[in-house]
Amino acid sequence: MFKNYLKITFAVLKRRKFFTFISLFGISFTLMILVVLTAFVNHLVSPGYPETKRDRCLYIDKFEQIDTLKNSRRSGPVSFHYIKNYVSRLTSPERIGFSSFTNSVNAYVKQTKVNLFYKYTDANFWKIADFEFLEGKPFTEQNIANNDFVIVINDFTRDKYFGKGVSVVGKNIEIDNVNYRIIGVVRGCPITRTYVSSDVYMPYNTSKKDYMRKELAGEYIVLLLAKDAGDLPEIKAEYQSLIAKLPFRNYSDKWFKPNKIHSTADTFIGSFLSQLTHSDGDAKKHYVYLILIGFALLFMSLPAINLINVNISRIMERASEIGIRKAFGASSRTLTYQFVIENVILTLIGGVIALLLSFGVIYYINNSGMIPYADLTINWKVFLTAVIISLLFGLLSGVYPAWRMSKLQVVQALKGGE
Amino acid sequence: MIRLKNIEKVYRTSTIETLALNSISLEVAKGEFLSIMGPSGCGKSTLLNIMGLLDEPSKGDISVGGESIRDFSDKKIARFRNQKLGFIFQSYHLINDLPVLDNVELPLLYRNVSGDERTRLATEALQKVGLGNRMKHYPSQLSGGQKQRVAIARAIVGNPEIILADEPTGNLDSAMGNEIMEILINLNKQEGTTIVMVTHDENMAKKTSRLVRLFDGSQVL
Repeated sequence: MFKNYLKITFAVLKRRKFFTFISLFGISFTLMILVVLTAFVNHLVSPGYPETKRDRCLYIDKFEQIDTLKNSRRSGPVSFHYIKNYVSRLTSPERIGFSSFTNSVNAYVKQTKVNLFYKYTDANFWKIADFEFLEGKPFTEQNIANNDFVIVINDFTRDKYFGKGVSVVGKNIEIDNVNYRIIGVVRGCPITRTYVSSDVYMPYNTSKKDYMRKELAGEYIVLLLAKDAGDLPEIKAEYQSLIAKLPFRNYSDKWFKPNKIHSTADTFIGSFLSQLTHSDGDAKKHYVYLILIGFALLFMSLPAINLINVNISRIMERASEIGIRKAFGASSRTLTYQFVIENVILTLIGGVIALLLSFGVIYYINNSGMIPYADLTINWKVFLTAVIISLLFGLLSGVYPAWRMSKLQVVQALKGGE
Repeated sequence: MIRLKNIEKVYRTSTIETLALNSISLEVAKGEFLSIMGPSGCGKSTLLNIMGLLDEPSKGDISVGGESIRDFSDKKIARFRNQKLGFIFQSYHLINDLPVLDNVELPLLYRNVSGDERTRLATEALQKVGLGNRMKHYPSQLSGGQKQRVAIARAIVGNPEIILADEPTGNLDSAMGNEIMEILINLNKQEGTTIVMVTHDENMAKKTSRLVRLFDGSQVL
């Protein structure tokens, strides 16, 4: 019987090419968009090279001083002074590292200008981020203590500056009119990993800026590494108690007298939400997940409604076939089963097309250079969930029209459902 | 075999009521070849559809083989149609998306019959109606007479006790009509199948064992 259903399914799909196209387009395109979007979100949010320990990291990327009386605020990344004198006192993290936000600078190669992204970091940065060293090694506490003008570059910079694949450790590179000695070459990472991505990395004490100035706000992001992901709440709490004890800065500016300080240590996604909501981003995480799931379901309901609509007209025009089958012994239940099987097959074909399309789009994004070093991958959990949801919609969209048809007398069905 | 008692069928729309069948009582004996005649719109097809449980009467009682079908569930009616009845329609009612063999196998699909057995029985039925060489063809590739022979093969493949034929020769020329009629007469005589046939054609009706005439929904003979 199943073979017969398969035959009729493919015959109907072939006969009604336009309906088939609309149904398959609806299913496969929606699934593909969903899979590519989740691959992108996954790429942004989940641990990935070189932030493989992201699930046990917290980030402090904003420090906000607020004058509630004059309703004014000053905010920005944190300073070296703040990290050295306050953040470094935290005892719960396994490791504390920091890096500056990524900036760009011009470097010159044989009179050709090359625009490079740079970061200033401390030595712990290299112990928190798991960079793959293609050559050499990272700079250490000792290099920083010695005031060494050393630099770690990525393979993109090496290839562009010196030539593809050549050995460069020990060679010099001029960045912003300062000569650095290369001590390591790392495999580059996508620019979307904003807290660690750069073309070149220099020790923080080689910066031309006065990094020692006694301000709380500065230009650094702090990376706090926990021993275990379960320790993150404890670290967050310890950081909050540190903030509560911070003295308010007495600015000479009479228009700004801060009486409140706001700064949180957030997970990666939480730090984005903190920026958006000016509150503890991690606390808002669940709402965001709910909104995303709701959005995905809403998005999925579009092809489902389309499928139900297409199915109703597709099944209604097969009224005569339904009449014939009933006349020769098919019960309403058997007919419903047949249409459900047909829809499941249609949905599965849509799923396979979606998978192929997703592979194509993800391959294109990874290889087009749109996002350098992009490493998007299909999230199978999301793909399978989406296919299951489509199947459910497929089932429902088959059951309803078949149920409507089963209400018809055979003789009415034979006349085309009039 | 089939007993109809005071069957009435009324078609209702929001404005009018049409009495299609008026108090019809009829009994069809086992092995009988009965024809129903009458002018267009007199209720012949409606009567046949009610006999075949394809339509419900507005009033009256139907019993087949001594069993009243009044309280039959959808599932039981489906099983009854599948095992006891075979239908032949004027406009063939074949499934155009399926090849001839699959069309003929259709009644067996709803029985517990293996795929191989289905193919064997359908092939046999097609050979009986002289279409053993057209099994892989699609209905659209056949002539009217061939389509009706496929419909007959489908009606007989499950070896039903009763065949209900609604103007089986109505869309065919006289030569082809006679061929189809021959097949039905052989089925009745050789296999003992009970046949009820609706026809317009006096000559065809004369070849059957009994004739019932309808006029304006009432039985006149």
